[in-house]
Amino acid sequence: MARELWKGNIAIAEAAVRAGLEAYFGYPITPQTELLEYLAMRMPELGRVFVQAESELGAINMVYGAACTGVRVMTSSSSPGISLMMEGLSYIAGTEVPMVLVDVMRGGPGLGNIAPAQGDYNQIVHGGGHGDYRPIVLAPSNIQEAIDLTMLAFDLAEAYRAIAVVLLDGSLGQMMEPAEMPPMRPLKTTYPDWAVRGAIGRERRVLSSIYLDPPLEEEANLRILRRWQQIEANEVRYKGYYLEDARFVVVGFGTAGRVALSAVRAARAEGIPVGLFRPITVSPFPDQVLRQLADQVEGFLVVEMNTGQMLEDVLRAIEGHAPVEFFARLGGVMPLPEEVLDEIKRMTTAPLTMDGHPRERWLQRMLQPA
Amino acid sequence: MTLAEMETLVYARPASLTEMPTHYCPGCTHGVAHRLIAEVIDEMNLRERTIGVASVGCSVFAYNYFDFDWVQAPHGRAPAMATGVKRVLPDRVVITYQGDGDMASIGMGEVVHAAARGENITVFFINNANYGMTGGQMAPTTLPGQKTTTSPRGRDVETQGYPVRAAELIATLEGASYVVRRSLHDPKNIRLAKKAIRLALETQVRGLGFSLVELLSICPTNWGMTPVQSLKWLEEHMIPYFPLGDYKIHPAVAEIKV
Repeated sequence: MARELWKGNIAIAEAAVRAGLEAYFGYPITPQTELLEYLAMRMPELGRVFVQAESELGAINMVYGAACTGVRVMTSSSSPGISLMMEGLSYIAGTEVPMVLVDVMRGGPGLGNIAPAQGDYNQIVHGGGHGDYRPIVLAPSNIQEAIDLTMLAFDLAEAYRAIAVVLLDGSLGQMMEPAEMPPMRPLKTTYPDWAVRGAIGRERRVLSSIYLDPPLEEEANLRILRRWQQIEANEVRYKGYYLEDARFVVVGFGTAGRVALSAVRAARAEGIPVGLFRPITVSPFPDQVLRQLADQVEGFLVVEMNTGQMLEDVLRAIEGHAPVEFFARLGGVMPLPEEVLDEIKRMTTAPLTMDGHPRERWLQRMLQPA
Repeated sequence: MTLAEMETLVYARPASLTEMPTHYCPGCTHGVAHRLIAEVIDEMNLRERTIGVASVGCSVFAYNYFDFDWVQAPHGRAPAMATGVKRVLPDRVVITYQGDGDMASIGMGEVVHAAARGENITVFFINNANYGMTGGQMAPTTLPGQKTTTSPRGRDVETQGYPVRAAELIATLEGASYVVRRSLHDPKNIRLAKKAIRLALETQVRGLGFSLVELLSICPTNWGMTPVQSLKWLEEHMIPYFPLGDYKIHPAVAEIKV
């Protein structure tokens, strides 16, 4: 199939359709609204379900109901809307039904703004909803990857009865790029043995997240944890660039990783031995690969569009085996490749330290510009 | 003639109810409401096609007592969850069973918009004028002057506002096709309630849109009364504030003969 020009939000919507999305429920919020608008046209023309909900609370609970029937379901939103969905996400996790969520992140906290940011990392990766659960989180850095990861998200959600999140920022949602759309997959015709579809000729089924007896809730928690361990063992994904001979490594996900790649290429052109490590699954986080890299390189530079939420995961992963520096732009301000290049040059020339916290050093530089 | 030959079965547990004893307090009318719904589902032969959406409150375990498929919604969100189920499976019968705290307070947005969309689902709304499961707090349906644990001096409308008349409110929406209020305080009204449950499910089965049956109910434990006192209190205090009646009957529903 030919490469065509796709806008991020619409590419994700069409990819979901081709992955077999049978029901979509959403609510308008910038910068993800085109996804909702596209499916408002696309789903009915295919005879599939589209409902514009009264709120994100409504949308996520419609998803919850539809997910209980065993079909492929999705919703999408942006940061403030995702906050409203946290209740439903926790219930969906507790009921162990699969769903796909798209979060096109914007500046925050609060109403924030509609510019690109990565401030939802902790909310999405480290929970957000109450209780013990972890979603699978896929972070694309270009439109083709957004398409491919959306398709993958449905497969993973279904395989592990889990929530799979496609986590991107507003710039990826809004930008257009050439990409190849995979062919349409057939809709499923059989449904899992837990699906609630009416007790026709069988015993009744109940889907719930309630286990009033604590030992039963403990058992449910352990079941969810064991499934997570399988996900950790099988589904870690990342991409490395120029890592073979790299003495320094930049770490960034999504758009921050993409900007960092431009900087790494510019640095390579100047002969600086630097590479890029871009987590594709930010959950499960590629701990082991980073830990191994830490023994091979002289230092890391973590680049994010938040105040260092993934930075904490990097520090945890490398267990103090290499010095780490940090650079970020916040609140909807995009980091520029030139800024990241300056940080790479600083890291590769100035002495690195294991003392203190990288966020503190970055903050000092931010507050006292040279 | 042997004893066995003389036996004639005149009353049995509906097939749509399981054998499990309920956890409801003695005298509670949840049991009556459950039985009426189960009887109607049996009579309409809908058991295998029905999917229930349980709510949060005393009826949180409704799915243990009905012998058909169920899902369990977060507090107040049952109409949204029911929307998701029904849109994917339009030929199934989807019901929610919600109390007044669940539907008329935290879930007001979900039920209003499900009705406004004309979702082809049926809501059974149990109004007992307080939050039962958490121990008798003030609900949106608590009467002026009624004492609860969070209106210990009686509901003061100056600071705590007025009760919500849910059936009247929902009836204003174009998408709602059948909206009535009935009561479970005596046999005559119980029979009328069963007829309303039948019409609500007929509305859905015929694809005529949103239906809601509000059932005035008692909560002897939290009201601090005997069941008999409670039934009397319902009749004397609740019905004047929440008049029984038909608040919305779509012309197409009015033509249904059962």
